[in-house]
Amino acid sequence: MTAGILDLQGISRSYSTRQGLFGKKVPVHAVDEVSLSLKEGQTLALVGESGSGKSTTGRIALGLERPNSGYVLFRGTELPATDTPAWRRMRAQMQMIYQDPLAALDRRLSIIDQVREPLDIHDIGSASKRNNKALAMLDAVGLNASHATSLPYQLSGGQRQRAVLARALIMQPALLVCDEPVSALDVSIQAQVVNVLMDLQKELRLSLLFISHDLKVVRQVSQSMAVMYLGRIVEFGETHLLLSNPTHPYTKALVSAVPVAGRRTRERIILKGEPPNPAARPTGCAFHPRCAIARPECVSVCPTFSTLPDGRSVACHAVHTNPPTKEVGS
Amino acid sequence: MNMMEEVSETAAGTRKNTKHHPIPFTVIASLLWIVFVVGIALLADQIAPYRYTALDLPNRLASPFHPRHLLGTDELGRDILSRLIVSVRISVLVALAATLISAWFGTTMGFAAAHFRGRVEQFILMLADFQAAMPFLILSLSVLAFFGNALPLFIGLMGLYGWERYARIARGLAIAASAQGYASAARQLGASPMQVYLRHILPNISSTLIVSMTLTFPEIILMESSLSFLGLGVQPPMTSLGNMLGYGREYMTRAPWIMFAPAALIVTTTLSISLLGDWLRDRLDKGLQ
Repeated sequence: MTAGILDLQGISRSYSTRQGLFGKKVPVHAVDEVSLSLKEGQTLALVGESGSGKSTTGRIALGLERPNSGYVLFRGTELPATDTPAWRRMRAQMQMIYQDPLAALDRRLSIIDQVREPLDIHDIGSASKRNNKALAMLDAVGLNASHATSLPYQLSGGQRQRAVLARALIMQPALLVCDEPVSALDVSIQAQVVNVLMDLQKELRLSLLFISHDLKVVRQVSQSMAVMYLGRIVEFGETHLLLSNPTHPYTKALVSAVPVAGRRTRERIILKGEPPNPAARPTGCAFHPRCAIARPECVSVCPTFSTLPDGRSVACHAVHTNPPTKEVGS
Repeated sequence: MNMMEEVSETAAGTRKNTKHHPIPFTVIASLLWIVFVVGIALLADQIAPYRYTALDLPNRLASPFHPRHLLGTDELGRDILSRLIVSVRISVLVALAATLISAWFGTTMGFAAAHFRGRVEQFILMLADFQAAMPFLILSLSVLAFFGNALPLFIGLMGLYGWERYARIARGLAIAASAQGYASAARQLGASPMQVYLRHILPNISSTLIVSMTLTFPEIILMESSLSFLGLGVQPPMTSLGNMLGYGREYMTRAPWIMFAPAALIVTTTLSISLLGDWLRDRLDKGLQ
């Protein structure tokens, strides 16, 4: 396989929580043995329910958190330790977009000051050049000079997200992690922001790790996608294949939940129950308590990845076409 | 919405405030009084009619509205007005310097606790608890008794007053701010902890710290007065508000004006600052949605 711009190799992250005041410490596996690969200039979507470990995976990919085990390779080299000077310099090449743009912006600084801030932090160019560059970047995301002098609360949600985008892109990073970038926005604004994002991706040859639970947006932006359930990847492959012909029962349920205009042609699969508590993972395949096609072996044996002829990997006992030899993303 | 710009002046300055809330009369009066007191403190040498040590022995214990002494004289015939003016300078100097030292020290300790967490945080909190549990008057009495009394030492000692409050406030707010998006976003942009704390967290929590300073300032004036009243603060022939109060005590029945003038000044000044701080807190809190 060719090394992509970002490679996650078997990363796990667990947090310990105490149950009750005198309870034992219980490890919660937020991310468990996740391997992913993102190719230069492409978009990889990471989808799943709340609490499935999507955001943690994104934070680990940026080095904001250390995995308990596994490696994060950026352009073939491992990320330096968090909060070291080397890690800080890496920030110029990898950036993040947040779900809530108002929280991500400092309420007391004008938009232009905040967009210029990465240049100030990394000490790039002279003061006047920084301002011009920030204004040019704001223009590229569709904000004008009057927005530049505003404070964050004076802008609308979409404008704020554009400002966050401008701040992330002003250093011309190679990798952008978008953590639910449009889920806090109106549907009409979502389309605008997504379009700006995709235009800039073409222009700057950005690689995107796009975390979302909205399959409509994922279909529009991504070439490949990974479906996560309880910290593990259950299906990984090209986006159009996964969306048109999902294999894993969980992916099927997710795809069937997307609202369609007009008459529904496919039957809606409604999952039973809630996503289980990550602290009390079901044995075997974590999905078996909610799975419609669960077999006896699903309760005891954790499924490994099998690769389908069309190139995607699925972790499910019900799908057996190839011997389970290949790891996901390889 | 508008107050944020007025107070912090971080806005670009091009926008006009669309709406003005009327400022209450008490706040205007407090503000004027504080400006007046600070003006007196600055111009003490120019406006004092006599030197504060100048004796006028024929006119000892003259009552107020004496033709040569507007506020009367004390037991040595020193002009009360002149002494009051110089006292204001000393007391304001001590209180202002001590408030700034205390705010700086406390905030630094609070940020250090919030940043390092773990052992460092526990140690700083332990120090803060120790400071809070120890009556400050006893601490200052022992320090002044052992090390003698010089104005810089006295100011430094007063600067320890109330630092634990800033430390706790700054620590709590900094931890809360770090958990919020803007601080982690700045960290994610590659900002060093120093940049995150000074450029983002400090301006965002400054309103609380400023209000806290307006609470500490009158307390330090009162603390200085108490120590001087006990004879451990500012030493004669230098004079301060508390010092005047302390030495005027003996003549309370015969010449109450010696005590009355500094006492009235302490009450009005501390009250003004408290009122201003109260109003500032309301405004600044509302200003931040």
